[in-house]
Amino acid sequence: MSGGTQLENANPVIFERSGERLQTAADEDEDVHDPIDDREIFDLIRSINDPEHPLSLEELNVVEQVRVKVNDAESNVGVEFTPTIPHCSMATLIGLSIKVKLLRSLPDRFKIDVHITPGTHASEDAVNKQLADKERVAAALENSSLLEVVNQCLSTRSV
Amino acid sequence: MKENLTLIQRLNAHPDSRCWFVGWNPNGTLLASCGGDKAIRIWGREGDSWVCKGVLEDGHQRTVRKLAWSPCGNYLASASFDATTCIWKKKNDDFESLTVLEGHENEVKCVSWAPSGNLLATCSRDKSVWIWEVDEEDDYECVTVLNSHTQDVKHVAWHPTQELLVSASYDNNICIYKEVDDDWECQATLQGHTSTVWNLSFSATGERLASCSDDRTVKIWKEYLAESGQGELIGDISWKCVCTLSGYHGRAVYDVDWCRLTGALATASGDDAVRVFKEESSTDPDQPLFSLAAHMPKAHSQDVNSVAWNPKEAGLLATCSDSGDIAIWRFQEQD
Repeated sequence: MSGGTQLENANPVIFERSGERLQTAADEDEDVHDPIDDREIFDLIRSINDPEHPLSLEELNVVEQVRVKVNDAESNVGVEFTPTIPHCSMATLIGLSIKVKLLRSLPDRFKIDVHITPGTHASEDAVNKQLADKERVAAALENSSLLEVVNQCLSTRSV
Repeated sequence: MKENLTLIQRLNAHPDSRCWFVGWNPNGTLLASCGGDKAIRIWGREGDSWVCKGVLEDGHQRTVRKLAWSPCGNYLASASFDATTCIWKKKNDDFESLTVLEGHENEVKCVSWAPSGNLLATCSRDKSVWIWEVDEEDDYECVTVLNSHTQDVKHVAWHPTQELLVSASYDNNICIYKEVDDDWECQATLQGHTSTVWNLSFSATGERLASCSDDRTVKIWKEYLAESGQGELIGDISWKCVCTLSGYHGRAVYDVDWCRLTGALATASGDDAVRVFKEESSTDPDQPLFSLAAHMPKAHSQDVNSVAWNPKEAGLLATCSDSGDIAIWRFQEQD
């Protein structure tokens, strides 16, 4: 991360947060099989902090529930995220934070694919390739300073 | 299709971590594994089962990514994300750290010993491939640094009989190097994969090379003499892709191993499966056909990272996974 004080996108558009998940009677019933669904994944990632702004990825519309695809039976999760500007230098870090949050939260059986929403970033292919390379992700997470930045994005913000 | 891959044993090799690699020593009696827990484990057979014979710790500060046994079986080299390569020497049943090779700027991804045992190759995310010369006093000296790739180099492998080196990269290419007039140079760049090339394996004679990739395919490359008029003509070696195995793997193919005893090709994939391919016997050498002989879905509960045929016992196969475990399989052909 650069030490500069100039924000890349000084005035981002802010979106409204979605409400809490509506509980149904079946949610309370222990005997009903409860597969992991899109909303559950969205709830895991919507509160991730943006690395630059004191806002969540949901408030910046970087993540949206319609861009989360879960197939519980096939054990795969796909998330597309949309950087606020096409040259956002934080795109890899945002993608890594989403990936780490899901790796830490979901059962090991899940295959997690995190991509940039097609057509929304200048280096889309390069960022997608890096995020898909588990060896580079593993090495990145052994880098303590990078891990600290990721953990800041994943921390619960004290208001 | 009838299953002909049978599980012999499962070992919880690197608990709460990921097992990145498994490799047999040259006489097939020991299996070495390494992983995210920074440790190397040595496995040997006791009666009917495989047991841990030793743990090599304190060699590395970060993940141990790959290992290589020397051709004599008395040395083990380990490549680590801590940017170093350790050389371990076998003393009776123990291993002691002999030397640490430093020089790469960041993660060392792979290490490989030349068939003579006098040369060692390493590669790194720093985009370079280094060749080290070993003398009788166990001293290691870097003789060349090759910068033919534009990205992270994932794998290096030596030809089984010649001093010919190949490397695979995140730049989707494979490079072939040879020493010409005391200088190592890249003689050919094999293009064809559409994403990261993860691993390479030569056939027994070294006339063919298998590569596997994030593009979910395995490619077979064949060497042609320059005068035959086939393939990319660079210097006196030319290699051409003669077969692509596509449509079999559901995710990235992380490893491919060509059995030097039987010619069977085994793959490890991010779709959790282990597969074995056999070459159809009467095919045109310029257009070989491979068919799926065995498929073990859910061979591991997570990505399969490495697959290795035992060099002496035909059909004995070791695999390992992100789940931290090792599995030992028996592949039996059925008529």
